[in-house]
Amino acid sequence: MQTIISIKPLLAVLASLLAVPLILKTGENRPNLRETWSILAGVIKFSIIISMVPTILSGNTIEYTLVSFYQGIDIKFRVDAFGLLFATVSSFLWIVTTFYSIGYMRSGNEHAQTRFFACFAISLSSTVAVAFSANLITLFLFYEVLSLATVPLVGHKETPESYEGARKYLLYLLSLSKTLLLSGIIIVYMVAGTTDFQSHGLLRNQPASMLLFGAFFLFLYGFAKGGVMPVHNWLPSAMVAPTPVSALLHAVAVVKVGVFSILRVVFFIYGVDLMGLMDIGVVASYVVTFTIVMGSVIALSKDNLKARLAYSTVSQLSYIILGAVLLTSSSMLGGIMHIANHAFSKITLFFCAGSLYCSAHKTEVSQLSGIGKKMPWTMAAFFIGSLSMIGVPPAAGFNSKWLLAIGSIEANQIPILMALLFSTILNAAYFLPITYKAFFEKEVVSNHSSHGHDDHHDDIRENPMIVVPLVLTAIISLLIGIYPDYFLALAKEVIK
Amino acid sequence: MISLNFPILSVITYLPLLGILVICMINSKHHDLIRWVAFLTAVAGFFVSLPLYFMFDSNTWHMQFVENVPWIPQFGINYHLGIDGISLLLILLTTFLSALAILSTWSAVTEGVKGYMISLLLLETGMIGVFCSLDFILFYVFWEVMLIPMYLIIGIWGGPRRIYAAVKFFIYTMSGSVLMLVAILFLYYLNYKSTGVYTFDILSYHNLGLPSNIQFWLFLAFFLAFAIKVPMFPFHTWLPDAHVEAPTAGSVILAGVLLKMGTYGFLRFSLPIFPQATVDFVPMIMCLSLIGIIYGALVSIAQDDIKKLVAYSSVSHLGYCMLGMFALNIDGVKGSIIQMINHGLSTGALFMIVGMLYERRHTRLISEYGGIMKVMPVFASLFLLVAFSSMGVPGTNGFVGELLILIGAFKASVGYGLLATVGLVLGAVYLLWMYKRVMYGNITKDANKQLKDMNGREYAYLIPIIIFIIWIGVYPKPFLDKMDASVQHLLQMVNQQ
Repeated sequence: MQTIISIKPLLAVLASLLAVPLILKTGENRPNLRETWSILAGVIKFSIIISMVPTILSGNTIEYTLVSFYQGIDIKFRVDAFGLLFATVSSFLWIVTTFYSIGYMRSGNEHAQTRFFACFAISLSSTVAVAFSANLITLFLFYEVLSLATVPLVGHKETPESYEGARKYLLYLLSLSKTLLLSGIIIVYMVAGTTDFQSHGLLRNQPASMLLFGAFFLFLYGFAKGGVMPVHNWLPSAMVAPTPVSALLHAVAVVKVGVFSILRVVFFIYGVDLMGLMDIGVVASYVVTFTIVMGSVIALSKDNLKARLAYSTVSQLSYIILGAVLLTSSSMLGGIMHIANHAFSKITLFFCAGSLYCSAHKTEVSQLSGIGKKMPWTMAAFFIGSLSMIGVPPAAGFNSKWLLAIGSIEANQIPILMALLFSTILNAAYFLPITYKAFFEKEVVSNHSSHGHDDHHDDIRENPMIVVPLVLTAIISLLIGIYPDYFLALAKEVIK
Repeated sequence: MISLNFPILSVITYLPLLGILVICMINSKHHDLIRWVAFLTAVAGFFVSLPLYFMFDSNTWHMQFVENVPWIPQFGINYHLGIDGISLLLILLTTFLSALAILSTWSAVTEGVKGYMISLLLLETGMIGVFCSLDFILFYVFWEVMLIPMYLIIGIWGGPRRIYAAVKFFIYTMSGSVLMLVAILFLYYLNYKSTGVYTFDILSYHNLGLPSNIQFWLFLAFFLAFAIKVPMFPFHTWLPDAHVEAPTAGSVILAGVLLKMGTYGFLRFSLPIFPQATVDFVPMIMCLSLIGIIYGALVSIAQDDIKKLVAYSSVSHLGYCMLGMFALNIDGVKGSIIQMINHGLSTGALFMIVGMLYERRHTRLISEYGGIMKVMPVFASLFLLVAFSSMGVPGTNGFVGELLILIGAFKASVGYGLLATVGLVLGAVYLLWMYKRVMYGNITKDANKQLKDMNGREYAYLIPIIIFIIWIGVYPKPFLDKMDASVQHLLQMVNQQ
């Protein structure tokens, strides 16, 4: 195993950042050129990231130090299998989402599209930077940039409701990261003299102490983007954002930055041994299991499709964390794999929700009766996404949930296994009726609908700019279920 | 140790006086000429002070660029100047901000320009003198020299309640300095008793080994003088009045440099001369700092006047400086010093921004604004950046200071650290909320529809600050390295006890 010094991680981060001035300069008058910059940056970024795969799979790491900040604190990038897995997923989905956004934003005639695409590019830069951060300080830096860059996206509509969403977003993410997270980071720095991520854990040789025990929970809740209850409330409120934002940021980039960071702390700061020694794993696994079950229960009660998806996300994110804190090799594999699996499936579901909104102006589950005939591609993709979320083979979600179930048995945590099964039933209960409604129920001609948009049901047509991306992600959800090799190889590299 | 044959510190200190001399010879009707002379003098001052940074040897804690000549030998008073890693950055901050401050009230002050510029330049001499004096009497002279021009700036060129604010400022600061003078004389006497030498040389007091009960009372006297200046809770009440009434340049200098006199005083006198008392006072000062941090932030949230909000935020920010300093470890003290610089830059910039709004609309009430982003987009983005710096967003200078201070506080006690983080959140709340109310939304007041974006002069004084905000935020090492040896030495002196 070698450490290679290369500027590639920095370039991967900069690729999308450099697009920002170009996007801003091109502006509203030439939208096609403006979106070209996003797509171009996305492709370059993805290619740079992919080009690092062979190096990493052969057991090496890539490092690049930007500046030395203070004793033991550098602003530094380090690419390992774990970061690369997350970076591949998010940078690939950015390209897909950009196409989708073009369809979505133009069909809805949204305002301030320049700001939208510019903030999107900054968000992706910081997401990949988080993935490649070599220590907690660097990670914190980009974590905060990500929070700030996404606020204009959440408040995009500039309505009182979206301001409220943006306020809540800032309040949760900023205040928890400044209090809990920063405290946690400083405690680690104080104990170890550095915050660098090391395989098997930076703190692995430290004695167990109450301070470190407490610090773990500072991380668990401080990384509020991970949405562990009760710090999940910002996520449903953030759903006021345009759907591409909910899809890429609040199903993939932002929320996964949260769980990714928590997993970083588990694997690379505490290390599996210390986690086990201090019983942090057990306590944390029950905390997140509660979130898994409660997220599903609340999702069941939501009629608004995006709200239902949001609570499903809250629940699914905790699956990932659960995998890590159960501390068995199968569960860890499952958790890491679920980052990718959930990303592709949940983005499909959000894309579908956006497609329904754009073509048919439907936002509630109860309005979807009979929509399947009008929008077959969308609803078929939705079905695949649902299967993956429930964990039905051959969709991707099955692999990770299977590994998680095995992991909970290996860890001798039968109550957690029961909770997982219970949550799976709940997943089915809130996802399958949607597909059922869409394909098998007759369209209800509502007589109390003041909009009367049901009269226009015949006009409903799927927008190809929107449908192609969502079909693509649905197919990938199946493919990585059948051929999980790429992500499995990276995940195995992580827990080696 | 570097000793030039050239008295560079004296030159930097007295250069503004040369400017004053030139201004005195100009007819007071030629406003622009007076402004230019003052501005160019200050700029020259900054460029003359730059070599200090490059020639400063950061491997030693000894005083550098020393000038030491007898002044009144029979009393042991010397003309003794010199700087170490602690005062270096503060001097550079002073010369830097002085030039920008003059630029910031170019058109706001139209009456008595001559007197105004003379006051500003005299103030600069006083401030630099304080930071490089190594003799108690010399220090005290400069300390008082500083007081008078500031009193005039607030009292003559200030807002509607200027007389009240100026007198309050004067009484508070004066009562503190009188106590300090008594303490200095007492120290002088004690020193004579134990060594048989009459001297006011500050460095010779460093290893005096005073008995602890005497240390206690003397520390207390110095503490009051400096705590008023900082200002620490509960001695802060003069600050909002002074800030709100002072013209922009006055506020910038007051926040940027004058408040640092207090924190600098602690570092230069209280810690090394009374190490025993310092350690004993730690719990009390930590508590007062934490109260200041949280109280200052809470009061800021409640303000409806932008300038008052920024003024109260200083109480909170300076609380961090004190917290870091009295953590008494290397991280905390370094963080405290860098935070002094940061506060000078970011709060100075915030006052300039308030000044820009005030010059356009002649009001500072938040409710009079709203939607300004639409008419002043460039201003909006720079304002946001400065606000980020003030609330310590990573990537700006504010974060570096906060991080180091927090590391220091956590090392001193996890409890202090956790409480201090609460203040960070409140800091974000009042700034972002104010920003939202001023900049976002729709324009509700007709007067705001015609506002012009920033002009060239405004760029000229805001951009240099922003460069440093980002530079220190991304690459603080060159600044932190300069103070390393001096801080190490200081802590050694404290910890020997």
